[in-house]
Amino acid sequence: MTGGFARTIQTYLRPERLPTIWCQGCGNGIVIGALIRALAGSGVRREDVVVVSGIGCSGRASGYLNLPGFQPTHGRALPFATGVKIANPSLMVVAIMGDGDCLSIGGNHFLHAARRNLDITALVLNNSNYGMTGGQYAPTTPKGGLTTTTPYGNAERAVDIPALAQVAGATYVARSTSYHALELSGYIKRALVHRGFSVVEALCHCPTQYGKMNRLGSPVNMLKLQRDLAVSQARAASMPAGELAGRIITGEMVKPEGQGEEDYTTAYARVIKRAMEQARPVEETHECIPSLSGGYDPPLGKPTLLRVG
Amino acid sequence: MGVRRVWTGNEACAEAAIAAGMRFFAGYPITPASEIAEVLARRLPEVGGSFIQMEDEIASIGAVIGASMAGAKSMTATSGPGFSLMQENLGFAAMAEVPCVVVDVQRVGPSSGVATHPAQGDVMQARWGTHGDHPVVALAPWSSRETYDVTVKAFNISERFRLPVVILSDAMVGHMSEDMEVPGSLEIVERPRPGVPPEEYQPYRAAGDGVPPMASFGDGYTWYTTGIVHDDTGFPCTGHPPTIDRAIRRLNSKVTEDVAMYEEYWLEDAEAVIVAYGSVARWALAAVKGLRAEGCRVGLFRPVILWPFPARELAGALGRAALAVVPEMNLGQILGEVERAAPKDVRVVGVNRVDSRMISIQEIAGVVKEACSS
Ligand code: SF4
Repeated sequence: MTGGFARTIQTYLRPERLPTIWCQGCGNGIVIGALIRALAGSGVRREDVVVVSGIGCSGRASGYLNLPGFQPTHGRALPFATGVKIANPSLMVVAIMGDGDCLSIGGNHFLHAARRNLDITALVLNNSNYGMTGGQYAPTTPKGGLTTTTPYGNAERAVDIPALAQVAGATYVARSTSYHALELSGYIKRALVHRGFSVVEALCHCPTQYGKMNRLGSPVNMLKLQRDLAVSQARAASMPAGELAGRIITGEMVKPEGQGEEDYTTAYARVIKRAMEQARPVEETHECIPSLSGGYDPPLGKPTLLRVG
Repeated sequence: MGVRRVWTGNEACAEAAIAAGMRFFAGYPITPASEIAEVLARRLPEVGGSFIQMEDEIASIGAVIGASMAGAKSMTATSGPGFSLMQENLGFAAMAEVPCVVVDVQRVGPSSGVATHPAQGDVMQARWGTHGDHPVVALAPWSSRETYDVTVKAFNISERFRLPVVILSDAMVGHMSEDMEVPGSLEIVERPRPGVPPEEYQPYRAAGDGVPPMASFGDGYTWYTTGIVHDDTGFPCTGHPPTIDRAIRRLNSKVTEDVAMYEEYWLEDAEAVIVAYGSVARWALAAVKGLRAEGCRVGLFRPVILWPFPARELAGALGRAALAVVPEMNLGQILGEVERAAPKDVRVVGVNRVDSRMISIQEIAGVVKEACSS
């Protein structure tokens, strides 16, 4: 760790909240380190960032970051972030979510935030299972994977997060792993400065739950596994499908071309402009007519109306 | 003097929200509340505000809370099924103390029930819908004009005490067009803002009145909050029972009783008191008038703010009475509150309908007369 990054870490973390609740050897810290590097490199002031996180191991990240932020309900980081961004479009809004949080309980919100092309960065820490609740299977658990709720092997297929983000309309999409921390940080930085809905999937090793259940060895072993399984998009393109089974395809799956597509708040600003131009004076919007009887019945007795203090 | 309009309760609600300073609305279409969204989709951008139709009600209330944290007065509107979906996030608003207004234009339930007809079945859901002990304020208007007043009041209470406020309208109040006067001037309350510099700000250090000042995202304060029970700093305190206890108790005691709002009609000599709220109170008032004309000593107590329930005020109103009659379009949700509030010697009788039709004047009057004579 260079002296410079140590100082950056000091600025972006809340030392009084440390140590984290994360297990020793967990990949979350590496991914949040990559996020800090990216934030520091983005040139945006800390006060102008809002971090909204999900519930689960990675959801605790917002509390360790010395940035304005909050941790709402499970699966709903994106709707909350939507409100923040629309109410104050000048804020840089980052949603930190786990895979179950973002794609299972929050799956519908993910689709629609991407479709709207809201200028939000979704950082998805994918540890292949529900770590905090004891290692149950997630929509990202590989087929055949062992978890506490798939003791005979997972019968379901795992979701491909970048592919889903792409069809849903995200305008920047990338994937990397906790082993490739610097590459990951570069992707996150591009996602942060991209004006539109960005998704970065960070495959993140979970030695305590998923690693243990599937006998993947020590945290270091799990990192090595990521190194060995990772294959860049370019290389993957020339590999036969059979060889790609079980590999982790990394890279930038969607990149904006030229100006890129218009983001939601820019589009809505035009709605506001049009509405203001077309607005009629208040007097003309409704017809003024004399009072009809039988409306708000005036009190017959002596009503006691207490005022709000 | 304000201008006169012919507005439905839903239109009055939308216009009042704008007048109260609401600038962010997120919602999902549902009968009989959709007109609120439709009016606001047109009106909000005219005043520089934002309207968004979210993917569901869970997302709607989430966006509303997020927008409020970024400084915008915000609101959503729904009916029973959507209100059920919002409950978890409403708990977050209560816990993180985020002002917002939720309009529930009630229809017959449970489940899809009868979408186009009025009911009052969400009274207890408004009070206890989300888990845990939490504060709530709920108001039940009986006319278009009162929907307007109550909507402004809902924002004022929400901002003043930093909590979600529920408006319990119903399909009749929401859909009926009425002539009404739009108030010319309004009293508008804004949330308490921090007076200390950012480095000294603790988001949940409550002022003397139990309400902590609230910073907005983007205004220079680096604050944090979570739905996990937290201390003054906004960070989890789950390992410290006394702090947990203090936090939950403060949440539940910050709404002082001075939010009581009710009307009394002919209670001075009333031997029987009808306790009615929302649209049913219109029929109840008509019943009182008819019974008075027959010489019956009957009055009406009409709570406008249902939660916190004005138990003390009602107990006072029942001072001379031997009988309380509680007509409701449910199977007796406020009835229990009336029983709790009433002095021991007052008999409490319900008049209940859940068949999607209004309770008639004759039904209410009949029960009063029968109970009076027995
Ligand atoms: S359970 Fe897994 S993901 Fe959660 S903190 Fe432990 S190692 Fe990390």
